[in-house]
Amino acid sequence: MNDVGHPFLRGLLARRSPLTPTTPTAPTAPSVSWLLALRAEALERGSTLAVPTTRDEDWRFTDLVPLTRTGFGPVTAAPSLGADALAPFHIPEAGARLVFVDGCFSAPLSVIAAQGGGLFAGSLAAAFHTHDELLHTHLTRLADFRDDAFMAVNTAHLHDGALIVAEAGHAVPQPVHVLHISTLADVAIHPRLLVVAYRDSDLTVIEDHVSLHHGACLSNAVSEIAVAAGARVRHIKLQRAGKAAFHVATTTTHVERDARYHAVGIALGARLSRENLHVVQAGTGTDCQLDGLALIGGRQIADTHSFVDHALPDGTSCQLHKCIAAGAAHAVFNGRVLVREGAQRTNSAQQCRSLLLSGKAHIDAKPQLEIFADDVKCSHGAAIGQLEADEVFYLRTRGLDEVAARNILTYAFAAEIVGRIPVRSVVERLRAEVLQQTGAREIA
Amino acid sequence: MSASVGKVLLAVKGLTAAVGGRNVLKGIDLTVRAGEVHAIMGPNGSGKSTFSKVLAGHPVYEVTGGEALFDGVDLLALTPEARARAGFFLGFQYPVEVPGVANAQFLRLAYNTVRGGRGKDELDPLEFDDFVREKMKLLEMDPAFLDRSVNEGFSGGEKKRNEILQMALLEPRLALLDETDSGLDIDALRIVAGGVNHLRSADNAVVLVTHYQRLLNYIVPDFVHVMDGGRIVLTGGKELALELEARGYDWVEEAARSKAARAA
Repeated sequence: MNDVGHPFLRGLLARRSPLTPTTPTAPTAPSVSWLLALRAEALERGSTLAVPTTRDEDWRFTDLVPLTRTGFGPVTAAPSLGADALAPFHIPEAGARLVFVDGCFSAPLSVIAAQGGGLFAGSLAAAFHTHDELLHTHLTRLADFRDDAFMAVNTAHLHDGALIVAEAGHAVPQPVHVLHISTLADVAIHPRLLVVAYRDSDLTVIEDHVSLHHGACLSNAVSEIAVAAGARVRHIKLQRAGKAAFHVATTTTHVERDARYHAVGIALGARLSRENLHVVQAGTGTDCQLDGLALIGGRQIADTHSFVDHALPDGTSCQLHKCIAAGAAHAVFNGRVLVREGAQRTNSAQQCRSLLLSGKAHIDAKPQLEIFADDVKCSHGAAIGQLEADEVFYLRTRGLDEVAARNILTYAFAAEIVGRIPVRSVVERLRAEVLQQTGAREIA
Repeated sequence: MSASVGKVLLAVKGLTAAVGGRNVLKGIDLTVRAGEVHAIMGPNGSGKSTFSKVLAGHPVYEVTGGEALFDGVDLLALTPEARARAGFFLGFQYPVEVPGVANAQFLRLAYNTVRGGRGKDELDPLEFDDFVREKMKLLEMDPAFLDRSVNEGFSGGEKKRNEILQMALLEPRLALLDETDSGLDIDALRIVAGGVNHLRSADNAVVLVTHYQRLLNYIVPDFVHVMDGGRIVLTGGKELALELEARGYDWVEEAARSKAARAA
């Protein structure tokens, strides 16, 4: 790491929000010395780490130079949005909604779930008063920032974010919607999400990143999800940032004994996006399902790096990642599955299927299976290609012309992943967006 | 079967085709008249399915010679979609799954596209809903299949019923059904065959491509053709199917070989 003190990172670290919460309800500044220490450590790490380059194995396919050449300022004051600005992103099924405008929590636009009903959903800044112990235990426990420049920068800025807690044994009936709205160009924001699902709880979280402008901005997000024994968590991540935006995100999930985690990640926006998904099996008999879709065109880059760490016996993981690249877009999938010694009877299946819609589009898919246990069932496969001739032919024999047939099949290729989202209105809205992008007007 | 002779719907003469430089159809002659049912049988790899796909216009096959006239029109010059609009229907052995597209949406799109191609009025979703539900009764299909994605998660039998449903909607003049009986249990076979029989008329024709005689108990053919090595090597009446069932295909291959040897 010869790039110590990278000017880009120094720029991002230059002006940080003070710890005092800006929420009007906060009576006094919290005495969170542990958080101050954490931020100080992260600041120190962020000031010494390098921005990864294509010489780093983990960033081989994605060049960050376009990002580091762009300067981003801090958000000094977020605009206040009217409720009508939310309408296009409204999810009627959601019970609680946490809205962040350019990274700042908006109490008026949010519908929080206060303590009591088995669910807490509110801002981190407010929770420093009420959930000090929980935050002390969980924040940064899963997302280790010490070797990752982006996570270190995020943590150095840590002062607010979304906190969602499902109490033990409680099945939260309605999804919680965490909505990040970007309204300002040329700024960097550092979203933070912490989900704690206690024993035998059941929770659905929709993490949604949208944009109201077309300028360049950086969203550098970190999400931590703790799924305790017997709990079930569904995590839907929608990345619909503007086409000039940069989106770098790490989600780390710990899944304990007999718990289930289902993630669906949809990447439609951003000029350059990078999703790091890190799932750690922290108990026996866990069940993880990871579904992903990147649907990009123009000169977009969408990079997904997933790492499923089977550390204990009897874990199951099932992953299907799809990329559709049109124009001169570039999709990357690196799917690492580690089956550690002792993780016997692991059952892991990984599939990456990609569609290239033009001669200039480009996809790098790299499965990475590392197995150190002898009684396991593991499979992986990567297929990159064009639509199957037989499928196009089938639709043409039903009277559809070739263009219509191809559009419908491209739509269907994406719709398979969208259909796995367990929230109906989200499925319908995304299908409409996918329809538009794939040009399958015939079935609109 | 019929005493009066219908007009010629399909006239295939000397049809040859290749895929990847390999000859797969080696000169096929077949005439199908309105009102007739033909069965094309033969062992695996004899070219039955290839013949079906070539007639429907699968782009992977290159037609290297011969002709196929459909009601006097050069079928081979048309795109697959134009063939469908002209009234040629292929029922698939392995229908394609189309996730995220509701069956009702797909069926209406196909129906309206083909109707439009024939200069007829299109149906709006409500009108179509009534129309398709009537047709589904014929195949004892649960209307729930309208809301499900096209063929996704359908059992083998359900997929085949969905194929015949499409045949019922598109009202082809010639329906070529490729292994429609494969994967069907006896009840599903009876229902599917009943549907096909119901759709038969003096103006249309059905060509059944099948490996087994079973289907022909329900849809009785006027002619049975046996394919082998990319050719039709034997043609007979419905009793030929029974003979094949009893004796297998070996004797046909044997007979074809000795016939070819005599000719040479």
